[in-house]
Amino acid sequence: MKYSIPKTITNIESGWCPGCGHGIVTRLLAETTEELGISDKVIIVRDVACGSMQSGVVTYNNIGAAHGRTIAVAAGAKRIRKEDIVIANPGDGSAYSIGIESTMHAALRNENILALVVNNSVFGMTGGQMSPTTLPGQKTTSSPYGRDTSYNGNLLDIMKVLNTFDIAYLARGSVDSPSAVMKAKKYIKKALMMQQDNKGFCLVEILSPCPTNWGLSPEDSLKFIKEKQQEYFPLGEYVDKGGYDK
Amino acid sequence: MEKISIDVSRCKGCGYCICVCPSGAITKSEEVSKKGYTVISVDESKCVQCGSCYKMCPDYVFQIF
Ligand SMILES: Cc1ncc(C[n+]2csc(CCOP(=O)(O)OP(=O)(O)O)c2C)c(N)n1
Ligand code: SF4
Repeated sequence: MKYSIPKTITNIESGWCPGCGHGIVTRLLAETTEELGISDKVIIVRDVACGSMQSGVVTYNNIGAAHGRTIAVAAGAKRIRKEDIVIANPGDGSAYSIGIESTMHAALRNENILALVVNNSVFGMTGGQMSPTTLPGQKTTSSPYGRDTSYNGNLLDIMKVLNTFDIAYLARGSVDSPSAVMKAKKYIKKALMMQQDNKGFCLVEILSPCPTNWGLSPEDSLKFIKEKQQEYFPLGEYVDKGGYDK
Repeated sequence: MEKISIDVSRCKGCGYCICVCPSGAITKSEEVSKKGYTVISVDESKCVQCGSCYKMCPDYVFQIF
């Protein structure tokens, strides 16, 4: 089988750290939009976070939203540019902490966009502080003794929150192995096809390594996703309005 | 037959490809890139063109065609 780097990926070196999952997720997006023939219709809404380093790496039209506001801005962009494919690209800190209300209300309104959330269980760009998806016991710069849920609160599993909402698609993938990457790609592609058919709100979360802020080697970061992160955040499809399993 | 092609100038040395290659074709080289990363090298005779490295690489080093 042939594997070619999608044409929308440029030669510009990304600013992401070695082993960062953002680069894999960006390639999956580029592959799926190329396969669907919609690359030139994509508007990506970037956050002020590590995901913003996507600009330049991929040639999509993009909007830079304020931190935590990618989903709200994407909803607005889609409402006025219905022919375009609008994708919000926040991290877990953005989508589930400062921007949780954008996430919830866009889902409540069943906005016809894809929220592609890169979940690395920390605030990556600002130096690895605890986020709503930091695991119990996980050490971060703002939980140096490990997250204590009795003091810091419980984790947010967005799948448990949104699976009762009237939305089109909700799934969680991972990039910890080649087979997981292919599954994550399938989820992203399905969500994009649903947007093309105006099915409504799609949220795909991808568990993604942040070796720098986890204080782990890239190889151990993949193990951390498999053995720890997935224990709290199980993979799979949680809402699927159906018809796209070809 | 397909062949692997690599652009090590993009490599940041994370080593995901090394962990997932089923045939042990990829190793860390002695070469250090301009940015200071120790890049990988591929033994083409061992490569089985499965694409695992392509799928895992966050920096778009690999292609198979
Ligand atoms: C309104 C506002 N508050 C805070 C910040 C600082 N800030 C920048 S990135 C970030 C968190 C990033 O974490 P996440 O959204 O999980 O993305 P990651 O960098 O991990 O991919 C924060 C708090 C900001 N830029 N704007
Ligand atoms: S800090 Fe983490 S999320 Fe940000 S570029 Fe580095 S590895 Fe990626």
